Amino acid sequence: MNLILFTFIVLLGFTSYYFGRRKAYTIQSSKKRLTALPQFYGYYLAIWCAIPAFIIFSLWAIFEPTIVKLLVLSDYSNQGYLDDELNLIYEKTKSLSRGQFTGEITPFIEASAEKYLSLRSIAQSSKAVIVLSIIIASVAYAYKRISSNSRTREPVEKFLNAVLFTASLAAILTTVGIVFSLIFQTIDFFKVIPLFDFVFGTHWYPAKAFVRDSSEALDPTMYSDTFGAVPIFAGTFFIAFIAMCVAIPIGLMSGIYLAEYASTKVRQYAKPLIEILAGIPTVVYGFFAALTVGPFLKELGTSMGLEVSAESALAAGGVMGIMIIPFISSLSDDVITSVPQSLRDGSYAMGATKSETIKRVIFPAALPGIVGSILLGVSRAIGETMIVVMASGLAANLTFNPLESTSTITAQIVVILIGDQAFGDPKTQAAFALGMSLFLVTLCLNIVALRVVKKYREKYE
Amino acid sequence: MNKNKEQLLNKRYRAERRFRLYGQSAIFMALLFLTIFIFKIFSTGYSAFQKTWLIVPVNFDAEMMMIDQNPSKEDLQDADYYDIALKSMADLDQNANDDQKNQLKRMVSYFFEKEIKNEILNNPSLIGKTKEVYLTASDDLDQVFKGNYPRDLPEDQRRVSDYQLKIFDQLVAKGKVESKFNISFFTYADSREAELAGIASSFMGSIFSILVCLMIAFPVAVLAAIYLEEFAPKNRFTDFIEVNINNLAAVPSIVFGLLGLGVLLAIFHLPRSTPLVGGITLSLMTLPTIIIAARASLKAVPPSIREAALAMGASRMQTTMHHTVPLSMPGTLSGTIIGLAQALGETAPLILIGMVAFVNTIPGSPMDPAASLPVQIYIWAESAERGFVEKVSACIMVLLGFLIIMNLFAQIIRHKFEKKWS
Repeated sequence: MNLILFTFIVLLGFTSYYFGRRKAYTIQSSKKRLTALPQFYGYYLAIWCAIPAFIIFSLWAIFEPTIVKLLVLSDYSNQGYLDDELNLIYEKTKSLSRGQFTGEITPFIEASAEKYLSLRSIAQSSKAVIVLSIIIASVAYAYKRISSNSRTREPVEKFLNAVLFTASLAAILTTVGIVFSLIFQTIDFFKVIPLFDFVFGTHWYPAKAFVRDSSEALDPTMYSDTFGAVPIFAGTFFIAFIAMCVAIPIGLMSGIYLAEYASTKVRQYAKPLIEILAGIPTVVYGFFAALTVGPFLKELGTSMGLEVSAESALAAGGVMGIMIIPFISSLSDDVITSVPQSLRDGSYAMGATKSETIKRVIFPAALPGIVGSILLGVSRAIGETMIVVMASGLAANLTFNPLESTSTITAQIVVILIGDQAFGDPKTQAAFALGMSLFLVTLCLNIVALRVVKKYREKYE
Repeated sequence: MNKNKEQLLNKRYRAERRFRLYGQSAIFMALLFLTIFIFKIFSTGYSAFQKTWLIVPVNFDAEMMMIDQNPSKEDLQDADYYDIALKSMADLDQNANDDQKNQLKRMVSYFFEKEIKNEILNNPSLIGKTKEVYLTASDDLDQVFKGNYPRDLPEDQRRVSDYQLKIFDQLVAKGKVESKFNISFFTYADSREAELAGIASSFMGSIFSILVCLMIAFPVAVLAAIYLEEFAPKNRFTDFIEVNINNLAAVPSIVFGLLGLGVLLAIFHLPRSTPLVGGITLSLMTLPTIIIAARASLKAVPPSIREAALAMGASRMQTTMHHTVPLSMPGTLSGTIIGLAQALGETAPLILIGMVAFVNTIPGSPMDPAASLPVQIYIWAESAERGFVEKVSACIMVLLGFLIIMNLFAQIIRHKFEKKWS
């Protein structure tokens, strides 16, 4: 029904475009000057046709369910039901009207299901009537208005400009959406678990926080010593540190080599090949780490008399490092290439070798940009999920031994939220609190990194 | 003095060579990782494209199937195939006791009944006759046949018994075991049994999510890029939008998963586990990528084009829509494809919105629950059965294949259609 109406509105939009243009042609044929190209008359009419209709259409879609619910439940208003019970009754009514109800059918529910269905059909038909009459009214109004000396291009372009502006708000809306989705759950979480316990507690056992019966009162003492995030934060930074130990030397050195030494031919092939590493999905890295690197390290350790966990931090961190190599290498390559040639020439003129020039002149000049690229790499390492979920442990150990297993923020979020979630449960909220801290940390890193890189670029432009 | 100078110079040259070597070895290491990686995936995955079949004689005995000699199509549909299926497996060894008969049954997939049924539905004249039927071998025997299964393990650590191996070897000797291209890997949905698991459901899930993502992200991103590049006044608010876009591009993907969970599922009550929600979540992630690419390619259109159009009396909107935007399209499209390729490989946000559920039907629309290719990789990688290891690698090969195709496509668009201004 909605789809038919929607298509109908679109079709009417096209028709009004045609009529608008035709009117422009008639004006033209009567030897009067037009103020805009004929198609603008068409656009003008089409906008007048579709936009009011869509506004009504979407408002209807938003408010119809609420109003229908109010009307159906008004029958129950004086019988002292609780809100939850009323919701349950309404759900039953809806499923009965869809013919999917499996429980016992009481006459009450049956009556309200009938009422629900009749309300829905009234709503549907009145929606169609209202939308169509709006279209007719607004198109008629606009059609009357367009004449030889009326302006059509300006309003159409203003409208387009507004559409463009709205689209550019999408980025802000997404950020707002992220903050919005994280913040309420996080606040609820900190109502139960004191912030201090979360930030400084050293025990993380979310499994202990079993799903609570909603009728039971919340007992904060039940959760003491459950949500101490220190092991998680430590694990996150530890694995990121291992990753950077792999990624920085290899990435930086290949960036330098590609920018300063490599012949055009080597550069032409090596650069895209290294960048393939960045295009491989992280779940593939995770599989590689869990199935190849982890067992390999374990065997290697055993042969050297060391005890290595199959889910060691080293395996996850090492593979994550490989993933980050291309980020660092291509960014630092860009940065080094944009150092002005005059600096190099000056250094060579003083008799410095190539490596001396790189180490003493180019590297210090490019340092801010390189630091920026490393910070972006760190932020990626902290936010990386699949490698840690698949290759590192899921229990949070507070350890700095790379051969043992440890867990990260992202892995814990997945562990908690995989499967069914009960909103309002401290365990679920804990995942959002972790997400919030992840978001804040990466946000700070990104802002600093982007600013450093931008400042650097401006310096040499 | 001179000697000292020479020594110093030699030392400096050595340092130079050393430094160069570091650079070369760094590149070598990076490429080595890539090679090991690809080699490992291919060497474990290629065998999944073959599937082992046991050729077993089946006696289509009408009495055992509880039908009469000239059954109608419906009779055949409803007939009882389990008994003849069981009997044909048990007949592989005439002297088998009950336990061994049970083991014989487990040499093929639990699907064997259906395979026998399909055989007779295709050829009803088989009633009362005996015919050799291809039955899917159990996942363990499949692995044994491909040589992925260590046969020398002690029996109690193996999932295949000595007895099963003995019968299997007899069948191999008689040429009654055959390996054929594994079509079901591409046409079947996910299954708990490795030998019957396929990527069809997750493949469709991926396609639907990517389509939803494209339909949302592409128009919004292109419009936003046009506004920011061509119309936006230089003020604080525009700067704020730009900072937002750059930051969003670097926000960890799992945070978008939390957004999908906390807003799309919890507030808008969109259906869980569906490509619709997955696609919307992914579109928010790809948005900044496409905006940045589209802006870069709008910026690359030289101002002379705009000036010429304006000089001919076009309005700014006309200049943009008729000249600048069409000229920037190749760059925008290749950026879009690269963004979609990123979205195609994304796993974590989809797990959070529940696309990790076990789905054994092939979704027909974005509103049906589904997995996606990367999530399928995750699900299979977490399974304990040996048969899934090669399935994971094969699935990775399919996914990588798609990513390579998309990236090549992006390159081709860029090189073929992009105008070089200079």
